[in-house]
Amino acid sequence: MTKLLLFDNIDEPGLATLPVYERRGGYQSLRKAFSMSREDVLQQLLDSAIRGRGGAGFPTGRKISFLPKGDMQKYLVCNADESEPGTFKDRELMQKSPHMLVEGVMIAAYAGSISKAFIYIRGEYQLQADMVEQAIADATAAGYVGDNILGTEHSISLVLHRGAGAYICGEETGLLDSLEGKRGNPRLKPPFPAVEGLYDGPTLINNVETLATVPHIIRMGGAEYAKLGTEGSTGTKLVSISGDVKRPGNYEIELGIPSREIIYGLAGGPPSGKPVKFWFPGGSSAPVLTGDDLDIPYDFDSMAKAGSMLGSGAIIVADESRRVLDTALKVAKFYAHESCGKCVPCREGTNWTHKMLQRIYTGEATPMDLDLMASVQEQIIGNCLCVLGDAMAMPIGSMVEKFRGELEAEIEAARAANEAAPLDDVVAVGVADELAGPLPVH
Amino acid sequence: MSIPRFRHGSRVPGWDDAVDLTKPPATAPDPATTEVPPELRAAVEAAMSKYPDKRSAAIPALHAAQSMYGWCSPEAIDQVAAVMELTPAYLTAVATFYDMLETHPRPIHDDVYVCTNISCSILGADEFFDVMVQAAEHDETIHVTSFECLGACDIAPMASVNGEYVGPLTTDDAARIVDDLRAGREVLAEKNLRLRPCQDPNARGDGEAPGPHHAPGGEQHDGYTLSD
Repeated sequence: MTKLLLFDNIDEPGLATLPVYERRGGYQSLRKAFSMSREDVLQQLLDSAIRGRGGAGFPTGRKISFLPKGDMQKYLVCNADESEPGTFKDRELMQKSPHMLVEGVMIAAYAGSISKAFIYIRGEYQLQADMVEQAIADATAAGYVGDNILGTEHSISLVLHRGAGAYICGEETGLLDSLEGKRGNPRLKPPFPAVEGLYDGPTLINNVETLATVPHIIRMGGAEYAKLGTEGSTGTKLVSISGDVKRPGNYEIELGIPSREIIYGLAGGPPSGKPVKFWFPGGSSAPVLTGDDLDIPYDFDSMAKAGSMLGSGAIIVADESRRVLDTALKVAKFYAHESCGKCVPCREGTNWTHKMLQRIYTGEATPMDLDLMASVQEQIIGNCLCVLGDAMAMPIGSMVEKFRGELEAEIEAARAANEAAPLDDVVAVGVADELAGPLPVH
Repeated sequence: MSIPRFRHGSRVPGWDDAVDLTKPPATAPDPATTEVPPELRAAVEAAMSKYPDKRSAAIPALHAAQSMYGWCSPEAIDQVAAVMELTPAYLTAVATFYDMLETHPRPIHDDVYVCTNISCSILGADEFFDVMVQAAEHDETIHVTSFECLGACDIAPMASVNGEYVGPLTTDDAARIVDDLRAGREVLAEKNLRLRPCQDPNARGDGEAPGPHHAPGGEQHDGYTLSD
């Protein structure tokens, strides 16, 4: 049985309140961190080798060490805009243990000499936002947040900011623009946020889970934490699993366990008893893997080696009865809707991919469309300011590659059904209108 | 704003005629002549005070206006703009970007966001959405929209009703959502996400399996009971 860190007895009644959290040893890590020098706290995070839990997997300690030294206004932004389809780990964490996040934010801000911190939470998470807001208020009253924390000379303010429904605001620079009160369009990088971020100041951006792990790292010591998991992927990870499984939900695992153990062991596998056809290992942005890939260890490096990614740790499972085409259309539609429209390859590529998939349903597509679709994906990847377009191109590309036979059969079946349909369904578009006089405006 | 189009899809000439360039640029509405309800002014000013830059309060301010008027109407945007000393165009640009901000006329309403993303649609969200739209068809105070992933795939298929997450849903639940909203009751109280325990068997201090579990599709799973 894995010893849990984040989810340890998370359903304990009242854990969201300060007295229960304190009784369980809450805010002791903050006291410990404040008794250490900033450099020592940072060293613990470097020793832990924890990698960011939001999707990119960048080492957190190194991210903090990139912040410029010196006496300037620096910012910390916690990314709680959990919008990646399939991901819901931060939701449970913030709802049930908001103080863990607040404590983590304070310690990370201290390590980076940061005096202003924000939590950007997606607007749909109203309950979770209320819980975190209450936790901030209680922690402020108790002297853990705000001016002269724990009687020291350190002051760190913390503000919760609610978004308003936009996937792109989970992208770090889009999030910064949104937090500045603009449309959430991503920015050109470099300069990276660590140099020029929120209000043009150096900014540290971390995911909820990453920051919530920080108090545990300080409590255990970085070296001790690094013993969990594998060499390249230390620690525990929250995994959100959904789709065709018996027990969908969040699980805390030690990185590096076989994927089969998560999908079949913890979540129980497909309720229908049918084999797994395909699964997303890291949210809908990750290239799909098939039922043959279930024995790959679940960690950052193994997933990358298998041609996919760990991403945010969200597994979506589909069993043999599901059509790849349906899922591909959902993916394309989602990204076409959420593309902010700033970069042409993403705006047009997601839209045309969606239209090409619709043509398969209506029987207008030919097998050549699959080659065209694959080439569109190649033209998106790496050609935009952010990776939203890539996030569609990678799964769609992998579906076309791995399920080409099935998609060709779908195209042929829809075409045959179309040809069998009576001809009077086909309307001669526009001819009658033009003969009738000026075209109507609508 | 919709662009006028011919039936064959082309845009009608003149749709992109430049604005009158001799006019002075738009400015923030005059606070002296723009009447702002005191509650809205207080909400916007409270939001502005939280940030180093007042513009950061744009989203919370528009949220406040929307909850007062039902949507971000031109008048509502003018009022927010007057308090924030920004142009209405700036705030309109923000309002049109975000899915939760309404820029089309709507009365004060209840929001039903139905998630139709991958996990939910695998388990029947599209059928639920169609039934939900029909159930609320003649009631303009209930606004049903399909939404991006709402981050609750564990209770798929699910919906957010005025911010409360409920699921897993069956097509029968659509009528109940409408009934509960009309009666002013808590919507689908027994399917609220708040009741759902963590599924990780190790997460319980007593080492027991998690409690009541709503099985998707009504199926009962090994080791779990459906009784409360």
